[in-house]
Amino acid sequence: MSKERIKIAPEMFEIMPSEYQDLVDRATYGKEGRGWKDIGTSKELIEEHSLCAGCPESMAFRYILASLPAPEDTVMVGSTGCTSLVFPHVGVHNIHSLFGNQNAIASGLKRALSVRFPGQVKDVVVLAGDGATVDIGLDMTLQAWFRQEKFTTICFDNELYANTGGQESGLMQKGFVAKMAPVGKTFEKVKLPEIARESGCHYVVNCTVSKPNLVEKVIKNAIHVAREIGPTYLQLYTPCILEIGKNSMEGLQEMRDSEKPTERFAYKEYVSDEAKELLTELAAKEKERKAAAKKQLAEKQLAGKA
Amino acid sequence: MSTMYEVLPGPEHFLPPAAASMGVRLPDPGQAHIHGKIVNEDEAMEVAARQFLSAKVPTIFPGPLVLWAWNEKAAKKATAIRHLYETIKESVSPSQQAMLIPMPDYRPKYPKINPEIEINPNHPNLTIWHNKIDACMFVGVHCHQANLSLKIIRGGTYCYTMAMCAQAGHEDAMVSFRDATADKIMRLADWVKKLKGSVEPPKD
Repeated sequence: MSKERIKIAPEMFEIMPSEYQDLVDRATYGKEGRGWKDIGTSKELIEEHSLCAGCPESMAFRYILASLPAPEDTVMVGSTGCTSLVFPHVGVHNIHSLFGNQNAIASGLKRALSVRFPGQVKDVVVLAGDGATVDIGLDMTLQAWFRQEKFTTICFDNELYANTGGQESGLMQKGFVAKMAPVGKTFEKVKLPEIARESGCHYVVNCTVSKPNLVEKVIKNAIHVAREIGPTYLQLYTPCILEIGKNSMEGLQEMRDSEKPTERFAYKEYVSDEAKELLTELAAKEKERKAAAKKQLAEKQLAGKA
Repeated sequence: MSTMYEVLPGPEHFLPPAAASMGVRLPDPGQAHIHGKIVNEDEAMEVAARQFLSAKVPTIFPGPLVLWAWNEKAAKKATAIRHLYETIKESVSPSQQAMLIPMPDYRPKYPKINPEIEINPNHPNLTIWHNKIDACMFVGVHCHQANLSLKIIRGGTYCYTMAMCAQAGHEDAMVSFRDATADKIMRLADWVKKLKGSVEPPKD
């Protein structure tokens, strides 16, 4: 698993646009312990995106792509919405599904990959908005969890249909008035994290994307648990600054305000016993790896001085 | 259905008909087609070589199947394509400008491609217009994307299109080969070399 998968034919290297050359030379495919800290020092797996300036979803996208444990062996399944504007610009295999059926597509894909590549790790990650996850695609979302399909579902929750002008969604908070929902939401925000837990998800997190290290941790946990045990679900608050009347610079503060202990995106986590065991094991291995790397570095520095 | 329709350089119109729907059929192994007419492969080789030699900007568009070294076969084809390009470059007059422009992938790029250095199947006409390309050959492009490009080019430009297809060929190209291999591409390079000096360069 590494950049060996993406070699440009030597005779063609010089004619390739620089972003492809960079992807081959400087991307983090196959790098052990890759994470959000690689952003800025390596080639990101997202090219120029087409989201609005300051959009928290674009931050989330960058953190997620930087945190995938094995991007070269990952297939992402997207759905209609702002995310579908970004998928054409990522260096990870991806499928655009019909609006709402992303978890059904992912189920079939995961099973097909297991048959086609037995014994190999192939991660499937669904990334869709709240409309696709909770309204239009709720049936497919839940059925995938009931069946214990081994993939991660990530919901970019911006609490409305942003891409089409601000219609009410199931994850919109009660009383909120949007451009295309002038009466205001009359019922509570659907408690999907709780529903996910009850539906059989082994790892569920509800949070914002204000802290990149936290996003990295939950992404890695969710993918590892899905790989080994069963379905996982992440609900990430990525507010649509345009639809809630904020400026480009105010997305981060909006997330910080919404993650306070009494607010709707206060960090919430559910981990099944099986998943806890796995994550403890993985954390111990990671600690060992880091200690070994530190030791190796120290020895190298010592050898350099000598 | 009789074949009266000829696949000729455009601009035909915004949505040219798919040549297949007009009765153009694909060649059998060992054959090729010129403007929709089935011919033997050598005849098409000569026509393709003449097109390269008589164009102001003869261009090869390699696609992902040959740009990336997926396997040994792909790498060999890349070498052959490079050889064909170098042969064209050496064989044309200084007033002609041979080009090798990649189609690295098929995504609709944002905000738009750089037409000077790449071509994209969703708007291949941008690259044709920008570089004033009057003869081109697609090679190593997946068939669906090649068909899309060929139709758009025929619809909106006057460029002469050729396809070196590894499968069954393309009705929508003006000249199409099938079952492309590295050897077949080298044979085309030999034809270019053979006809060097015998084809009149384009007039300004």
